Amino acid sequence: MTAFLEYLVHGLSLGAVYALIALGFVIIFKSTEVVNFAHASLLLAGGYIAVRAQESVGFWAALLAGVAGAATLGALLEWAVIRRYRGADHSVLAIVTIGIDIVLLTELARRIGPDILTYDDPWGDALVTVGSVTVPQTRVAAFVTAALLIGLFLAAFRWTSWGVAMRAAAENRETAALMGIRLGRVSSSAWAVAGALAAVAALFLSVFPTSGLDRATGEVALAAFPAAIIGGLDSTTGALVGGLTVGVTEALTTGYAAELDFLGNGFGHIAPYVVMVLVLLARPAGLFGTRELSRV
Amino acid sequence: MTAAVLRVRGLCVDYGPVRALTGVDVEVPDGAVTAVLGANGAGKSTLLRAVSGTLRFHGGAVTEGSVALGEDRLHGVAPARIVAAGVVQVPEGRQVFARMTVADNLRAGALGARGGRAAVRAALKRVHELFPVLAERAHQRAGLLSGGEQQMLAMGRALMAGPRLLLLDEPSLGLSPLMTTRIARTVREINAQGTSVLLVEQNAALALKLASTACVLENGRVALAGDADELAASDEVRRRYLGVADEDAATETGAAVAAGTARPALSRWSA
Repeated sequence: MTAFLEYLVHGLSLGAVYALIALGFVIIFKSTEVVNFAHASLLLAGGYIAVRAQESVGFWAALLAGVAGAATLGALLEWAVIRRYRGADHSVLAIVTIGIDIVLLTELARRIGPDILTYDDPWGDALVTVGSVTVPQTRVAAFVTAALLIGLFLAAFRWTSWGVAMRAAAENRETAALMGIRLGRVSSSAWAVAGALAAVAALFLSVFPTSGLDRATGEVALAAFPAAIIGGLDSTTGALVGGLTVGVTEALTTGYAAELDFLGNGFGHIAPYVVMVLVLLARPAGLFGTRELSRV
Repeated sequence: MTAAVLRVRGLCVDYGPVRALTGVDVEVPDGAVTAVLGANGAGKSTLLRAVSGTLRFHGGAVTEGSVALGEDRLHGVAPARIVAAGVVQVPEGRQVFARMTVADNLRAGALGARGGRAAVRAALKRVHELFPVLAERAHQRAGLLSGGEQQMLAMGRALMAGPRLLLLDEPSLGLSPLMTTRIARTVREINAQGTSVLLVEQNAALALKLASTACVLENGRVALAGDADELAASDEVRRRYLGVADEDAATETGAAVAAGTARPALSRWSA
């Protein structure tokens, strides 16, 4: 039972971090109709900037720098690449983002090399014990931070003018333009927010019990891809539920790896994709996705 | 002659290789309602898109001519700047943001406005006075409103930006005769409050009743233009757009067909 609870807490915490990434994914898709395959490298860039900056300015300022850096990079990509495209077929842009991902990832891998970069985070490897359940402090911090950020984002999405503009543009771009909403600003702000969230996710994917940030950290972010799909690519609620589903699935299947041995080694890594396929079999648009995305 | 608030001069619009408008001249006198009539595909919506700057969403562009609001040039300008200048379009088919609440739809309409919070509050008050139902249903999703209520929401949303000129694209489309009458009354009211209106409408009888000046588009050109009363009285308009087939008109059509110049008369439902 204790083991189960520990796995569950671990899973929820991991899931909250995935939800941060998936949320970025979803808002980019909603506002620009682009599936952003460069998300993993955006995340790695944010993490890299933070880790490099902390030598000179300390952890918290560096974290802010990482967040700001990834947000700027996201907005820059939108401005330099996405906005230039004048065609109508948005799958072309999705393929363009694969190209961006390759370029960014190559450059980051060159800079990081074989090193494992560690954050000077205030939690270290300290543990929290509640009753019989013991979990690392970083997991608690991850869950709390992610929950706060997601709550903040959803509140802004719902109540601010920015949120109204985002939702209007997501529903009908031309009509939003007729209302005087600047679509360029809407999409670059979506990319910036997605970058910022990814940079925070990068922190929690690299701290204890993970050894640190390396060039493969971005790949971990791929787990957020099934999270976004499970929830439905155009639903913010879906991103949260999908993120938690993937996190818990991964933590449980990894935790009970010994019992699941008959499925082969490392089943935990593919379990999210198995869940994704099962969900899509039952609900092709994801759990909360709009059934049919037929915009002509 | 009063000054024109909107002045369209020699406007040509192409969608790629297809020419949609050729040398169109339209003026909306300050404080007036101007109607644009024409059959499907005559270029009515294209004209509105050219004014509101949304041609690019349809792969179109202004190739010649000019659109001006007072002294401000509107062609080749981003839609947001056009809204800020005071021209707001109510799109064809209403296009309310169905998944957002009525209140949020109205908020979205105010995003492009120039004035501050006080202006937005005043605009909201005006919209609620014009359409009390929008206040009652403020927290309902716009997709759940009836067609007529959605048309009111679309018009209210446009008024939130406090426009000098309102562009209305087929406001009576798909509405019951009763609701159509109501919308017509509201257009008159909005106009009486000082907003000029450019009205595109297939329902010619309705449009000519509302408007003081009008023009008829045919194959992307202005075929007729003038005072609405005169146009309503002209045989050409009566025959083609008002569905009046009196003796004279019939004979005339016969003669024109014999001459090989006329298109078949369109019979048209009118409210």
